Amino acid sequence: MELFQIISPVCYVVLAPLLGILLAGSDRVITARMQRRKGPPVLQPYYDVRKLMSKERSTVNGVQEFYVLCSLIFMVVTGIMFFAGGNLLLVVFTLTLSAVLLLVAAFSSNSPYAHIGAERELYLIMAYEPMVLFTAIGLYVFSGSFDVYDIATGGTMPILYLLGIFAGLVFILTMKLRKSPFDLGSSHHAHQELVKGTTTEFSGRTLAMVEVMHWYENIFLLGLVALFFFDGTLLGYALGTALCILVYVFEVLIDNSFARMKWQTALKSAWLVALVLGVGNIAVLFAFGG
Amino acid sequence: MSFTTRSPWLIHYDGSSCNGCDIEVLACLTPMYDIERFGIIHTGNPKHADIFLVTGSVNEQNAPVIKQIYGEMLEPKVVIAVGICAASGGVFRRCYNVMGGIDKVIPVDVYVPGCAARPEAIIDGVVKGLEILERKREDVERSRKEGPK
Repeated sequence: MELFQIISPVCYVVLAPLLGILLAGSDRVITARMQRRKGPPVLQPYYDVRKLMSKERSTVNGVQEFYVLCSLIFMVVTGIMFFAGGNLLLVVFTLTLSAVLLLVAAFSSNSPYAHIGAERELYLIMAYEPMVLFTAIGLYVFSGSFDVYDIATGGTMPILYLLGIFAGLVFILTMKLRKSPFDLGSSHHAHQELVKGTTTEFSGRTLAMVEVMHWYENIFLLGLVALFFFDGTLLGYALGTALCILVYVFEVLIDNSFARMKWQTALKSAWLVALVLGVGNIAVLFAFGG
Repeated sequence: MSFTTRSPWLIHYDGSSCNGCDIEVLACLTPMYDIERFGIIHTGNPKHADIFLVTGSVNEQNAPVIKQIYGEMLEPKVVIAVGICAASGGVFRRCYNVMGGIDKVIPVDVYVPGCAARPEAIIDGVVKGLEILERKREDVERSRKEGPK
């Protein structure tokens, strides 16, 4: 175990909320500019969370806040394992656990809006999960190891062999980042009833924890995108960092130029992408790589 | 300035009115006025909202709805009555079903005049409401420190 593997997860725990705030804030500013508006300050997500913390404490039941807290903890654990260079499969599983715990929190209330939101989120998990798994499998077939550390220091950029898987990951990133056309379960923009379904019954401190969870999640997801460009050299790290930001801006553009689609479309298209780009790419690797 | 006044989320409810004020409230969201630059989010969820924006008057049917939305909002919260109907019932005042202004059922903090209220006036009203919101937040904080009575 190298020093890097200790420093990097510590940096993640400390810096991810800060970077997450800037990311979410600039997302809102860029979105506003794309709509010819001025937009809020870049630190707006931070103000929102601080305000939510100062609101009256009240939840619909005793367990909801606990589930959301667990979701946040597992999200942080996901990031820690990823940035410590740990096993990619474990990372994928804890990521899913975090998403499922948020669903359970939404299901724990009796609100029909929360239930519909949680069900739609469930469809999204069904839609993106195969592609997330193919990403891990693809990186394994490419490097011969599930360890993020081995993949990142392998000496060759995974993107050169995993272009299809990368495109598939960017596709399902729209769902993970809660952006149109696939923001069915809960959108990060101001929306009404159904589109905000999952978070309907969260308020005050609980909602603040959901926001913080998204900051951690977004930074982890960008890390996963950047991993495709890491080859152990400084150039690879710089390229990865630059391109994951570019991918995020691309997602904002998609968010602003598409209408919301039905869950059937989300499911069909995501599985088609996973099958064609994910399985196709792995098959090509096996056929030519040996 | 505290974080509460930097991130006021508002919920909008239309009572019985001609929808004139309603449209002016939505106009505040357009690029021309863009209330999001103040951190304001137009939410549909009372549990997320800090400001309750009501247009139109109260009638026998929507009184329980207004009470419920108000009850679901967490402290600190502010109620803004937009337009003359929300203030007093306006031209509908004498209708058999109309009870009058919003203050007949819930306490109102700011009254925005106009028929229809202009977007500038609505934004001005919200900014006035922020001062009251800040005072209420201090009250909530104080009562939290003192503990339950």
